[in-house]
Amino acid sequence: MPSVKIMKNRITKTIHASEITDESVYLKRRHFLQLAGIATAGAAFAAIPGRSQADVKPLKTIPSKYSTSQAPNSYKDITTYNNYYEFGLDKDDPARYAKSLITAPWSVKISGECDKPGDYNLEDILKPHPLEERIYRLRCVEAWSMVIPWVGFSLGDLIKRFQPNSKAKYVSFTTLNDPVQMPGVGRKVLTWPYHEGLTIAEAMNPLAIIAVGLYGKTLPNQNGAPLRLVVPWKYGFKSIKSIVEISFTRNRPETSWALSAPQEYGFYANVNPQVDHPRWSQARERLIGNGLFVAKQPTLVFNGYADQVAHLYSGLNLRKNF
Amino acid sequence: MPNIRLLKALVFAVCLVPFVLLGLAAFNLAGQSLGANPIEELLHQLGLWGLRFLLLTLAITPLGQLSGKTWLLKLRRMLGLFSFFYILLHFLSYAILDQGLSYTAIIEDIIERPYITLGMTALLMLIPLAITSTNGWMRRLGRRWKKLHRLVYVIAILGVWHFFWQVKLDTREPLIYAGILSVLLGYRLWLKFSKSRQITAKSQ
Ligand code: HEM
Repeated sequence: MPSVKIMKNRITKTIHASEITDESVYLKRRHFLQLAGIATAGAAFAAIPGRSQADVKPLKTIPSKYSTSQAPNSYKDITTYNNYYEFGLDKDDPARYAKSLITAPWSVKISGECDKPGDYNLEDILKPHPLEERIYRLRCVEAWSMVIPWVGFSLGDLIKRFQPNSKAKYVSFTTLNDPVQMPGVGRKVLTWPYHEGLTIAEAMNPLAIIAVGLYGKTLPNQNGAPLRLVVPWKYGFKSIKSIVEISFTRNRPETSWALSAPQEYGFYANVNPQVDHPRWSQARERLIGNGLFVAKQPTLVFNGYADQVAHLYSGLNLRKNF
Repeated sequence: MPNIRLLKALVFAVCLVPFVLLGLAAFNLAGQSLGANPIEELLHQLGLWGLRFLLLTLAITPLGQLSGKTWLLKLRRMLGLFSFFYILLHFLSYAILDQGLSYTAIIEDIIERPYITLGMTALLMLIPLAITSTNGWMRRLGRRWKKLHRLVYVIAILGVWHFFWQVKLDTREPLIYAGILSVLLGYRLWLKFSKSRQITAKSQ
């Protein structure tokens, strides 16, 4: 193993938006915020049937102490370089084909070990939660990374509303599975519907969020509209998109990638430069947006979020539980 | 029979087209672009073109024999050298752009990642073939030249295998290349088999 320099994760309490993004984007964002004065989160997500990617709407956000001070990737990179196999296997397929996804009306089924199961429509899911801007690093298992200004809210706050009972040890998430809207599910490269899971403790960690937007606007379809998980200390495939069901379970849920190649992808999938993928090294990563001539950068343990999440795994052999 | 010199010049120009387009894309010229992850795109495109030219080189002999257009054989060396050219660029873009010439990382990859081990083996085998592709070396090596250049079959198998092993889930594309290679190698086996039958039939 090459030695890996582990930088301490920096969490800046107060960051000025102008520090983290270039000026034109910043000015645009201010414009969104002004618009957002009249468009509250609820209004932006009001059920306009057939709403799709073309209709991304401005969102009103508050800054978060969990944001990184690193400069975010461009909106173009974030919305054209995606893994969303339901819309095809190439990185540019989702941007091209996800327009067929219908995100309104949308409802999420809450099931399993909790006191408030049921079908909730999107507006009811979102209503009580103030939206935060969370600028997070995203590390893909394919050894590339981005910095993304998500808009979202704490997953833990959402979960509490459904009152999971003492038997709930895990949370499982399911993506929409509709061959009509999703041309990619006709091919059985993964077991559809895409499903993912977290332990309850992971789900309650303040870094875990449900994202509904990025760059101050609602999510484009290819990024997992209308709502998705973001767990920044895990490889990107854990951050499941376009969620239609959240279930509380006693047993560890099966997860799509671990089912398809159990020797390559585990349940935890924590970012870890010391544990290589069987076919490639995880020690370094390519930051998207750097062009042709910038070397890879070292990957950080838990993607740089060790201070917030390492305690979740004390006593766990991370090499075995990859 | 066409004018061979003109034909060669034309084929040479066509073989350079992917290189020129990738060069333009690398610097975002003429509307070409390598996308959000340019290093990976460049690496992949160069690998694919290397493999395509390798298979094209192997297709020349059967095409010439089956069509009776033996002048096709005159293009074989150039196509083989273009294959080497693209694969060498593929390797250089890996070593310089992707790995930033970190010798430890490259050596570790070659030892630990089976698909890189395969690719590297194939490239090392290509080097003597490229060097001995001249008329001078052909003469000097005589019959051994043919023997040496049979290595190209091994190289092609390693190349396709290398492609197959590096994909994440979707094996369709490498399987297409494997299919084409099987046909090209199968043709030679069939030839050999039927020839040796003829010989044994005659000697009886
Ligand atoms: C005969 C020799 C070789 C051939 C025919 C070849 C061909 C290919 C092909 C077709 C691909 C896949 C492109 C795609 O996915 O679209 C590829 C990928 C790759 N090759 Fe090669 N290659 C050769 C030698 C090498 C060598 C010597 C190295 C480095 C030491 C290398 C490193 C790589 C890497 C790093 C990838 C990309 C893997 C990834 O993105 O995960 N190859 N190669």
